[in-house]
Amino acid sequence: MNDPSMVTLLAVVFGALVLGSIAAAIVARTARSDRGRSMARNLAARMRSWWIMAGVFVASVLIGGVGTIVLFAASSFLAFREFITLTPTRRGDHRALFWAFFFVIPIQYLLVAQERYGLFSIFIPVYAFILIPARIAAAGETESFLERTSKIQWGLLSCVYFVSHVPAILTLDIPGSETSNAALLFFLVLIVQLNDVFQYIVGSLFGRRPLAPRVSPNKTIEGMIGGLVGSVAVGAAMSTVTPFGVAGAAGLAAAIAVMGVLGDLTMSAVKRDLGVKDYSDLIPGHGGVLDRLDSLTFAAPVFFHLTRYFYSGDGMTAIV
Amino acid sequence: MIRDGLAMTLKVMCGCHARGLEHIIGDAPRLYFANHTSNLDAVVVWSSLPRGCRRRCRVLAAGDYWQRGPVRRLLAERAFRAILFDREHVTKQKNPVRAICACLGAGESVIMFPEGTRGEGAELGPLRPGLWHIARRLTDVDLVPVWIENLSRVLPKGEVLPVPMVVATTFGPPIRLFSDEGKAVFLDRATTALRELRSVGP
Repeated sequence: MNDPSMVTLLAVVFGALVLGSIAAAIVARTARSDRGRSMARNLAARMRSWWIMAGVFVASVLIGGVGTIVLFAASSFLAFREFITLTPTRRGDHRALFWAFFFVIPIQYLLVAQERYGLFSIFIPVYAFILIPARIAAAGETESFLERTSKIQWGLLSCVYFVSHVPAILTLDIPGSETSNAALLFFLVLIVQLNDVFQYIVGSLFGRRPLAPRVSPNKTIEGMIGGLVGSVAVGAAMSTVTPFGVAGAAGLAAAIAVMGVLGDLTMSAVKRDLGVKDYSDLIPGHGGVLDRLDSLTFAAPVFFHLTRYFYSGDGMTAIV
Repeated sequence: MIRDGLAMTLKVMCGCHARGLEHIIGDAPRLYFANHTSNLDAVVVWSSLPRGCRRRCRVLAAGDYWQRGPVRRLLAERAFRAILFDREHVTKQKNPVRAICACLGAGESVIMFPEGTRGEGAELGPLRPGLWHIARRLTDVDLVPVWIENLSRVLPKGEVLPVPMVVATTFGPPIRLFSDEGKAVFLDRATTALRELRSVGP
């Protein structure tokens, strides 16, 4: 906790939560119509969940590497469980799913803990993606084999592989950096979540042109631009807690914002395909764990690799 | 201790999301009847109950399954205090209907699976007449239908290793036997009460 950048970040999170709670209270006071009141209730439930999620996240980051890895491993487990629950699977998938839950997820996060970048980055795309279809084929049920395997693989990719890049940020080696990598992880999660909030606010105030009405009716181009501008502003303002400099922090924040929108949109399309509105109702006001992680899925690996490529010692030697 | 730990473990493994708990307010003993899809059914319904109800609730279970091996025996005896019965030798004196009625009479709730055997997945099999016999003897006891969703995917018939899924248990409005209601009519109504819970919720 003697890292000044972490103090700044905690202050930003705490300030955002207080602002949100005040806004929710104002909406609850001024709501007159039935629709307004139900929106106020949803907002209040959302804010309560935000406080809890922020508390768990901050606590796990303060505990250090193991705490963060355990938190994201648990999130992957819950997200993959939600995804598999909604995906039609057959008896023949049972053993393969058992391996996915109790072998692939722990090994992937163990590789993060051991900082084995090489194996970490290929374990799921190579080995898990051999194991899963081979195990299903061995079970002998060929009915819609391709659909079943690709759905399970998509679940592992989005819920486990992509999400595991968040704690993997802790393993990056950034020469000359005066801030801890925990601050970078915080930077990513904060920008992703604030981008969602900016999108929501700007979208509901000025939103006119829908981005992809069939996939996500509430997303507008105005909201997306608002999110991008807000994220870049916050990213630039927070550049002192990162080793990126003002321009670098703004650029990475922009990449996070764009990936956030794309991840959110893609996971919404998956939901439409599965015929549901939310992945589950585990988090009051938000939906499921996967509804909260959706914008992080694409942003995490892209942020990880951009940072590694441009700022870490390993990335530099790779270029030279 | 064992009980709360077991209930927690199940919540982690399968969410055990309970809906319709507003139908089970009050201390009176009740009979919960549920669809039977997996060996974990009894434990899951039992875990979904509020803590207070859980303590005063027993499970009707097949002796030949739950007495095999020390772990199952411990769980059956200590955790959910199973009312074990012998599926092979049901006599007039030793039959589950009597045991259940005795329990309910003593002020404890009971969970039972009126299909008698596990179905293959989502379809509900025909209900055995046991439920009707109980309803006829105890006309002032609430019979609460419970629908268990997804559990057959956690542990399908013939598998040993579980796969985590979000399992939902839905409690429905209680039913009782109408005066001069026949067996077939009553069992039909109970079947409908169970089936209607399938579509409830998100």
